[in-house]
Amino acid sequence: MDLFEYQGKQFFASFGIPVSDGDAVTTVDDAVAVADRIGYPVVVKAQVQVGGRGKAGGIKLADNADEVRTHAGNILGMDIKGHTVEIIWVEVASDITEEYYASFTLDRSAKKHLGMLSAEGGVEIETVAEENPDAIAKIWVDPVDGLTEAQAREWVAAANLNPGATEGAVDILQKLYTAYTDGDADLVEINPLIFTPDGRVHALDAKVTLDGNSTFRHPDYEQYDSSQVRDERETEAHAKGLQYVGLDGYVGVIANGAGLAMSTVDIVNQVGGKPANFLDIGGGANADVMAGALEVITNDPNVKSIFINIFGGITKGEEVANGIVTAMGRVDIDVPIVVRLDGTNADEGRAILEPHLSDALMMEPTMVAAAEKVVALAKS
Amino acid sequence: MSIFVDENTKVVYQGLTGSQGRFYGLLNREYGTQVVAGTSPKKAGTDVEGIPVFANVADAVAETGATASCIFIPAPGVKNAVMEAAEGGIEFIVVITEGVPAHDEAWFYNKLRRDYPNVRLLGPNCPGIISPGKANIGITAGHIAKVPEPGEHAVGIVSRSGTLTYQALYELKLNDIGVSTCVGVGGDPVPGTSFIDCLEAFEADPQTEAVMMIGEIGGSAEEEAAEFIKTKMTKPVVSYIAGVTAPPGKKMGHAGAIVSGGKGTAAAKMDALRDAGAQVGNNPTEAGNLMVEVVRSL
Repeated sequence: MDLFEYQGKQFFASFGIPVSDGDAVTTVDDAVAVADRIGYPVVVKAQVQVGGRGKAGGIKLADNADEVRTHAGNILGMDIKGHTVEIIWVEVASDITEEYYASFTLDRSAKKHLGMLSAEGGVEIETVAEENPDAIAKIWVDPVDGLTEAQAREWVAAANLNPGATEGAVDILQKLYTAYTDGDADLVEINPLIFTPDGRVHALDAKVTLDGNSTFRHPDYEQYDSSQVRDERETEAHAKGLQYVGLDGYVGVIANGAGLAMSTVDIVNQVGGKPANFLDIGGGANADVMAGALEVITNDPNVKSIFINIFGGITKGEEVANGIVTAMGRVDIDVPIVVRLDGTNADEGRAILEPHLSDALMMEPTMVAAAEKVVALAKS
Repeated sequence: MSIFVDENTKVVYQGLTGSQGRFYGLLNREYGTQVVAGTSPKKAGTDVEGIPVFANVADAVAETGATASCIFIPAPGVKNAVMEAAEGGIEFIVVITEGVPAHDEAWFYNKLRRDYPNVRLLGPNCPGIISPGKANIGITAGHIAKVPEPGEHAVGIVSRSGTLTYQALYELKLNDIGVSTCVGVGGDPVPGTSFIDCLEAFEADPQTEAVMMIGEIGGSAEEEAAEFIKTKMTKPVVSYIAGVTAPPGKKMGHAGAIVSGGKGTAAAKMDALRDAGAQVGNNPTEAGNLMVEVVRSL
């Protein structure tokens, strides 16, 4: 789950990480009210989950209420790389002496937590990594040990920050590590982490991705789940508990298992088609799940044909076939379906589908043949 | 031979009295696996169709001599279940459960490495392991795998994906090729057993003559495996990577399957594997056919 900047800042603040005073609002009047409360000058920031807000005009400094009114009016409703700005964050403007970068994420290769700290913040860390890799001080933290103060101090020294920033940075990094682990985050990133003329170190931005698997111990994360950016199709699929990712093509894809679903998307592309989605219905493939999947797929107006690719393991072919037949009876479908059914009791399953075959429901023996058929149907 | 598990492996099922644990535990026993015990703190002293249930893993090990465990505990309890198994004396821990938080996985992976270096963990979020004709621990449909005839060339399989593993087993069976062991390492960010662990074991296993490796987007496990294949493996490897056309930044079902920051793409993985001398199929069937050619040329 990706958090908006304002949510990330509230998340950081709950772990004691200093952030600027501010608030999230959805109207111009509220923006002015917040600015009046926290004091001028303020920064008005578009809340979108995409980089390059500043260049797009989504971050503006305002010295008075009139300027807040102008900027907030311009930014609310603005389109930034396909994301419409619905929320803005208004915060106290900060004086900046230096800009740093700090983050924690999992290094899957080392199987340890990776901390990155750089004196060259405020720009994309990928750019720093490419142009000046020595400017990033890295630390690998064993999850069993955690990050000690001594390690944090050594790490800060290695990053060559302003000596005046040392104490503040050591403190923030330890809190950031706690936020990362106790908060079950996949990523916590502060860019820029600023050093101010009056000697404070403070998070000016917040990028946080939380682990969706951890919600059982963070019931409050439900608020973040409901504010995730999803298209209409993804919202509907999510409500049905389906593993769905929207794509921009015209062949609807239903498969069982994440690997097979990915593979199905690949094959549709390989034979010259464009998949409309990735959809994993899991192992069961019963009528309810199949009907739910067909509903999500047929609600997508771009879908011209549907590819159901099921490999029966523990779930037998008959159960899958009965599931498809029942689901088709429940959902109003006006595009052709091509089924590839293989695995356990595939012959029995195919025999169940046989009497239902028509221009609306076809069957092919292999993944490739089925993909070719479903793409041809979509194009005809 | 087989790797990691065989007909002598005694297995305790943690969560045997739950619906999933019971279903698969009994299926595994039917297959021939030595399902010797289950655990449940509240149901100790009872049994599941003759399989005795103990309060904890240590008791089960003391009474039955189990050396492996299979975990069907819901995600919130997996961290404790893994440690309970290691502390109870289990050497091979299979975690089928999906949805385990990444921080828990990273923690128990490192904890086991440090305090129980001889314990092997498989998973979480994996289909388990099957040594056809000997043992099936997990959720794989056992009959899809062909039992190798004595003296026959056998193939080892290692995979990050469940259904693609079944697909691979099935393609080999259709072509009458036996499998020594099939290991599903799982689709999570911190798998207990890596591709390399399995490749190393298959390289050392006299029965295994070729290896099928099924990867997917995300992480760098396939690239690391390619380096191992290049420098350490003499046996032929055939591979397939799922997710060639997956858009960056979107998790494709598995928690580990995500292309981020230009890293973890299928193309880079396929290039690394080809460069290492592995054959790479563009789809599961093509990979199956490549393996058939490899086995026929042995």
